[in-house]
Amino acid sequence: MQYPVLEVRGLVNRFGDQVVHDGLDMEVEQDEVFGIVGGSGSGKSVLLRSILGLQRPQAGTVRIYGSDITKMTETQLLSVKERYGVAFQSGALYSGLTVLENIQEPMIEHLNLPARALDELALLKICLVGLPTSAAGKYPAELSGGMVKRAAIARALALDPALLFLDEPTSGLDPVSAAAFDDLVLYLQKQLRLTIVMITHDLDSIFRTCNRVGVIVDRKMVSGTLAQIVEYPNPWIQAYFHGERASARLGEIAHGA
Amino acid sequence: MPVEVRRTNAGLELDLTGEWGIREFGELDAQLHALDLQGAGQVRIDTSGIKSLELSGAWALHEFVQRARTAGVTVAFRGQPPDQLSLLDKTLKDAATEAADSEPAIAAASHDSAVTLAPVGPHAPLLTAVGRHTVGAWRDTLEGLAFLGRVILTFFGSVTSLRRLRPISIARHVYDTGITAIPITALIAFLIAVIIAYMSAQQLRGLGVDIYVVDLVTIGVLRELGVLLTSVIVAGRSGSAFAAELGSMKLNEEVDALIATGVDPFEVLVVPRIVGLVIALPLLTIIADLVGLTGGAVLTRYLLDMPLTQYVNRVNEAISPTTFWVGVIKAPVFAALIGISGCYHGMQVRGSARELGRLVTVAVVQAIFFVILADALFAVLFMELNI
Repeated sequence: MQYPVLEVRGLVNRFGDQVVHDGLDMEVEQDEVFGIVGGSGSGKSVLLRSILGLQRPQAGTVRIYGSDITKMTETQLLSVKERYGVAFQSGALYSGLTVLENIQEPMIEHLNLPARALDELALLKICLVGLPTSAAGKYPAELSGGMVKRAAIARALALDPALLFLDEPTSGLDPVSAAAFDDLVLYLQKQLRLTIVMITHDLDSIFRTCNRVGVIVDRKMVSGTLAQIVEYPNPWIQAYFHGERASARLGEIAHGA
Repeated sequence: MPVEVRRTNAGLELDLTGEWGIREFGELDAQLHALDLQGAGQVRIDTSGIKSLELSGAWALHEFVQRARTAGVTVAFRGQPPDQLSLLDKTLKDAATEAADSEPAIAAASHDSAVTLAPVGPHAPLLTAVGRHTVGAWRDTLEGLAFLGRVILTFFGSVTSLRRLRPISIARHVYDTGITAIPITALIAFLIAVIIAYMSAQQLRGLGVDIYVVDLVTIGVLRELGVLLTSVIVAGRSGSAFAAELGSMKLNEEVDALIATGVDPFEVLVVPRIVGLVIALPLLTIIADLVGLTGGAVLTRYLLDMPLTQYVNRVNEAISPTTFWVGVIKAPVFAALIGISGCYHGMQVRGSARELGRLVTVAVVQAIFFVILADALFAVLFMELNI
């Protein structure tokens, strides 16, 4: 049986009295770029943390490649964690290591490779994400915001995962860098046949990169193609996709479709 | 075996099978490297048996193809070469044009990084190392003096106005560094009195002058140990806290935010901490002295069977009017040294979490060192003054 890459069913997350998710469903298919959208405080980050196994939900299942991670022990989770990469919002690069060492870190943890292979493979990842090779020996504090994000992706790709999670990849970038970053995401998706799940607020980024979008509204998720979501009769979704900033973009899909 | 080799008249035929991912990279790389290309005119590669060719696997293959071509062997693929190889070629070409370097980018970069990453450790010539340390130490000294100067200037600048002196902030630091430290300081002072009493009782009993135990405890605690041990504890508690707080604020750009809003971080962060500690440490020292004397009383009562009145009388005889003040007067100086060391190293943090840990350690070690050094200078001074 063919499983979806990622399947979330009936997810419930509560903090005290505050219910963040109440029966949230989500499904991501092979080779798609899936965008998670939601207002501030709607629980995007909590959803990502639940999917990554950083936080146990109160109820529901999270299946990655068919295996339910909510029922796994920490050791079982490790084998799943090797199959996906995560690039956190602020990069979360280890500040005491150079970019090269940051990328090698997961390889050293999970694999037994000779030093030469570590250097080559890490440098390959650096080239792949469009960083100059001179960035390899630099520390995260010496990089610009855009370079940190690229380095974070390079580290996420260290173990050649087929599934990549990006948390607000374009936040804090200027529109030109953000567009270049979207191109990078698309390029990597196509070349490496990645499945990408990204949390984003950036409308440009959604319209450029996402095949399907899931919007968290009222503690549940509404998902579909952009064209479907844009028509969905929910006040928040309407406000989000029909605001002034989105209108210009909507015209483009209407013409393109 | 992921690489099946057949030797034909024309050369080598390779059938590649199985998973070609990063987990198999070590094995793949080793096998491909072990292939003897000597005398092979042509290599034909069949990749149709590969289940999944990930980027790392493709890299191993790419390297092999490069090696074969440099050795003058023609490489051909049965069917289309895998897409991943052209991705690698394109990536490398882009990187190479960016680096504006004729060498293959990856080889060049690994060479570069090897140079820049080489540690300046035991391999560096001794002279260079000595020179580097001297210059570094000199620069540290200058920076430390500049910091000290700025603290003093800010303090005298703000002492004129109550608002700029930040009494609320100072009160918080008196609480954090002083009040919360009372239990541990008191306990240590008590134990120290016990230790001195025990040790001296053992020695003096043989001489029949065990009344002098009281002198030793009293003078030892009041003049030296009360203030010294309190300072060491406070250096460990508050010196590290200052460095860690300021350091993580630096990392978090909070200090920059203060400067950007026109607030002097020395005025709001550094001076209140040091002033708070200068107020708290003498008070802690007085408490430590009291508890130490109490400890002495308890010990002499039970160890030497000395009545309490006799102990009090002996204490009065043993100390001169200056004994107490000689101890307490040192406390504000020690406090300033601890505060400055903690704040200075906290403000030096930049870049990484490792730096934070290193500087917190340095802050504490240096604070304790300066406290003991200052104590030694005080001892000489008091001896010269005949106090």
